[in-house]
Amino acid sequence: MNIPFIQFNKFGIMVSSGLILITLVSLLFKGLNLGLDFTGGISLEMKYEQKADLERIRNSISKIENSNFVVLNYGSDNSVLIKFQSDEELSINAQTVIDQLSADNYLGEVEKSETIFPQIGEELRDQGGIAILVAMLVILVYIIFRFQIKFGYGAIAALFHDVLIILGIFSIFSLTFDLSVLAALLAVVGYSLNDSIVVSDRIRENFLDDNKKGSSEVLLNDSLNQVFARTIITSFTTLLVLIALLVAGGEALKNFSLALAAGVVVGSYSSIFIVVRVLMLTGLSKKDMEKPKNEPEESYSLD
Amino acid sequence: MNKYKVWQIALIYSVLVFGVIFALPNFFPTKPAIQIAFGDSIRATSSNIISDLSSELNDKKVSFTEIEYEENSAKIIFEDVSDQLAARRVLSSYSDGEFIIALNSEPSTPEWLNSIGGKPINLGLDLAGGIHFLLEVDTDRYSTERLSSEGASIIDELLSRNINANYVSSNESINITFRNFEDLSSARDYLDQNNFTTSGAKYNILQNNNDLELQYTDNYLSEIVDYAVEQNLVALRNRVNELGVSEPIVQREGKGRIVVELPGVQDSASAKKIIGKTANLEFRLEARPTDSFLRKEKFNYKNSSGTSAFLEKVVIITGDNVTNAQSSFDESGRPQVNINLDIDGGRSMQSATKDNIGRRLGVVLVEEKTRTFFDENDNVLQESYTEKNVISNATIQAALGTAFRITGLSSSYEASELALLLRAGALAAPMKFVEEQTIGPTLGQDNIDKGLNSVIVGFILVFIFMLIRYRLFGFAANVALISNLILVTAIMSLVGATLTLPGIAGIVLTVGMAVDANVLIFARISEELKANVEVQNAIRNGFSKAFSTIIDANITTLLVAVILYAIGTGPIKGFAVTLSIGIVTSVFTAIFVTRSLVNFIYGYRDIKELKV
Repeated sequence: MNIPFIQFNKFGIMVSSGLILITLVSLLFKGLNLGLDFTGGISLEMKYEQKADLERIRNSISKIENSNFVVLNYGSDNSVLIKFQSDEELSINAQTVIDQLSADNYLGEVEKSETIFPQIGEELRDQGGIAILVAMLVILVYIIFRFQIKFGYGAIAALFHDVLIILGIFSIFSLTFDLSVLAALLAVVGYSLNDSIVVSDRIRENFLDDNKKGSSEVLLNDSLNQVFARTIITSFTTLLVLIALLVAGGEALKNFSLALAAGVVVGSYSSIFIVVRVLMLTGLSKKDMEKPKNEPEESYSLD
Repeated sequence: MNKYKVWQIALIYSVLVFGVIFALPNFFPTKPAIQIAFGDSIRATSSNIISDLSSELNDKKVSFTEIEYEENSAKIIFEDVSDQLAARRVLSSYSDGEFIIALNSEPSTPEWLNSIGGKPINLGLDLAGGIHFLLEVDTDRYSTERLSSEGASIIDELLSRNINANYVSSNESINITFRNFEDLSSARDYLDQNNFTTSGAKYNILQNNNDLELQYTDNYLSEIVDYAVEQNLVALRNRVNELGVSEPIVQREGKGRIVVELPGVQDSASAKKIIGKTANLEFRLEARPTDSFLRKEKFNYKNSSGTSAFLEKVVIITGDNVTNAQSSFDESGRPQVNINLDIDGGRSMQSATKDNIGRRLGVVLVEEKTRTFFDENDNVLQESYTEKNVISNATIQAALGTAFRITGLSSSYEASELALLLRAGALAAPMKFVEEQTIGPTLGQDNIDKGLNSVIVGFILVFIFMLIRYRLFGFAANVALISNLILVTAIMSLVGATLTLPGIAGIVLTVGMAVDANVLIFARISEELKANVEVQNAIRNGFSKAFSTIIDANITTLLVAVILYAIGTGPIKGFAVTLSIGIVTSVFTAIFVTRSLVNFIYGYRDIKELKV
């Protein structure tokens, strides 16, 4: 099997550029649908014996003054999610809603209630951004140390690409971006890296091998072909479990598994197209490999 | 030939046996239970509470299998969850807000497993149900209070130096106004001389026209907030332990915050009242028998019901004046409590006690409490009230100053309890709730079921795929996968890590990623075989060539998991924990367990042809 990946590369880059452009436009004009974790506010999850009458709930709690409630089904017809923002003192809180519904004789079983001050959400938002940047920096340092700086650029470019596209998906489809999705995003950083490193590792090996002749492009293409089967199989098995999580994991894990599944697909794609593109742009050649030569593979021999 | 040495095999399999043993406690079913913490309810101590509770349940026709008394709490075990929920309704109306009722589950781990430290995994709140609070030091209120009282004592000090001044204080500063410039400049001299703490200046002193403005330096402010949080942590832990709920979490988070988690507890309002309750102390002289009732007040003793004491109405000092309290032993080895007061407290204590040697000094614990009750229409009503009890009443041996001791305590336990109350009875700084989460018991169970289902489904899918794609090698990889799951479970149980819903997702994710290592190895072996390398060598090369790739890929992912752990809170931390443990164990199982099986299958014979 010999797929001419390098020939497809231009096409891949066009697709990626297009996706990133759409993402940036959407992030700029539409933004992210941030969850309660990041905005602060109050949420209440209730379960009814039968199909919940949303109109009745809305009518009941509209008697509470000065607040804008969102009432919607959550997971099933029987489950209801009520979300709202309150003032600084939280004079209207989960208990206010519970009392009102209870007074109108339409209180379901309260499964979960959450109250988060806006200021906490703001902090979490900042922390999340910092975490992703720190993760990238640490990884860059590790790759420079273990490989070579050009591979570092490749891996980081792939990371930016993957994280941006997932943010884009969440922005375009207005999916709720909460703390668990942020965790998924960081896991994607780890996964995407995993792929980039496997590809980089093989490229390095081929560039170091004096028996392998041919231009950089030929060597890159050979490397991609060698790891291709592995990339597909690993992504496939990971996707299998993620789909299981998506289907059977319930509402609480839905967006989390969605972000991860998207990350696995985009991460595998970017390891083949983005990493290689960056290596080509930086003009990776056998010459670059001279320094790490005294680091033979055999130092890891198992036997 | 590809063989592991005997000791290598022994090592690999003893790790697996260890894994099986410590994962085992998770497979014994748990029984639904209710824990009732009596707190300081009088009812619980005065009568036979256990038989009262069981007859109450029997009256309401709720069946249970076991009821037992534990240290100031009761545990009731049920056959199924519907009994447990029914019992909660019955018991909460019976308790009338006096007890804290928590739903939890009773593990049925056998004795021999318990004795070697085997226990089931801790479940996070999203799986167990319960209440989560995040409290924050109310810095604004705290500095307002401090600045106001410091302003008063500065004015006093200035007055004793014949400087007349007035002050107003806000949440940011003390503003001192003077009649003339001489007063201002001599006050300024005095303030400058006294404006230091162990770690630098206390105030930034600004001068405008005829007044001085004193603001805390950033350094000092962060220092007092830090100190206050540490003090509050002790106080909150004390209060939460007093609740008697099993496995509560009270820990510091970040600079000025404290997390409180109460697994199984559902009643957020009363939990909040107890955590947020303020307790204080009052020191009062015992009344003389001849004193009129207008001058004295009757208090019950906190520990022994029925006994009481008459104390004077005048409060000498309050708990705010106590700077430290430690329990120790006196010269003849009897327990005592050493108390330190601040200057003001010492002064008041001195003048109150110097003429009263031989009389008793009572310590009163003042608690703000709330009771819940039902009115005739079954509506829940809450009422707050103040409860005052005597916790110590000791004879004054000499005039007391800033440092004195209380002796004559019956046990060292009583001494340390008293010291703790004196130290931590009151919160050092006011706190406010900034986050609150309640998770119902059914949602938790639902999350567990769904999480487990997806793990099982995901596993089976991967199993089938690996068997079809790699046959015998796939079988080896599948055994490695099971070993991995067992090891993750064992390590989490053993180190007491908390499993959350995202944590389950982390396990699912490591399943997917653990396969990666084996796929890498198998792909290498297949390449070697294609290059016509002899079978045994191909297997050996496959493992060793994939090794550095596997290590690099997993170390970077581990780095990400560690960063996640460092910045994450609650559920995110849970995800990071399982992910990190999973990465480490998966490298072990994917390389060594798979290798030992591959060796076992192929390593001992001469194979001419092999396809991967």
